[in-house]
Amino acid sequence: MNPDVFPQVLPLYLALSAALFSIGVIGVLIRRNAIVIFMSIELMLNSANLAFVAFARYFQQLDGQIIVFFVMTVAAAEVAVGLALIVAIFKSKKSINVDDISLMKG
Amino acid sequence: MDPLTEQYIMFGAVGTIALVTAIGMLTSRNAIYSALFLVLTMCTMAVFFLILGGPFIAVVQVSVYAGAIMVLFLFVIMLLGGEHTPGEQHLPWQPAVAVILAVVLLGMTGYTLVRTAPWSAPGAAPTAMLGSVESVGQHLFSRYLFPFEVTSVLLLVALVGAVVMTRDSK
Repeated sequence: MNPDVFPQVLPLYLALSAALFSIGVIGVLIRRNAIVIFMSIELMLNSANLAFVAFARYFQQLDGQIIVFFVMTVAAAEVAVGLALIVAIFKSKKSINVDDISLMKG
Repeated sequence: MDPLTEQYIMFGAVGTIALVTAIGMLTSRNAIYSALFLVLTMCTMAVFFLILGGPFIAVVQVSVYAGAIMVLFLFVIMLLGGEHTPGEQHLPWQPAVAVILAVVLLGMTGYTLVRTAPWSAPGAAPTAMLGSVESVGQHLFSRYLFPFEVTSVLLLVALVGAVVMTRDSK
């Protein structure tokens, strides 16, 4: 049987995961559209999932994939509540630009 | 073909698509395009999950993320007509600072990666079907039964919360 070559590829997966996470961080910081900010958060969750699954493959343990399953359910719940919040804010402010939501500014 | 080159080619092809679509999501002016780019990123993630031996999690990724969650996003974008936000930037230096900080973050994660590599080789030999539906189901309903039940309560709370938040307060 061939020796497993995956340990040599694992750093690439982790690097890609870190790069996608950083892109998500940039998205949260520079975009003003609340929905796009939300999508960037989803991208960050996904990059973490990629690292989990890569480590599950590396250690040959299923637990990483189970965690990804739970992350997905939490993300689904978070999206439902978050989009409801955005809709509620849009109803009262008529805008989803986060710069316009400054009610608590002193 | 050498199994290592095979792995590199697969990773390179799918990883490039993932990075390009993620940057596309970041830079699109139109929120609809951002959402569609993100759907593509989710699909490349599903391909990665398949390569990494998780067929069940790959299918869940496509149906839950690329299917349900992104459709919800597109629905809300169209409902609110929020494709474009007026590009009124209050702090002109803010994007540059954000990019610099993100690059610093990437450098720190990369440094940690380099410092902890190489990992010790895993003891177990690769099993053929690591993340098959059968083994995931067995794990989920034995060892992770309690968290699994808790997520059902969480989803119920989120459902009720979303309905309460969006209803008209009359």
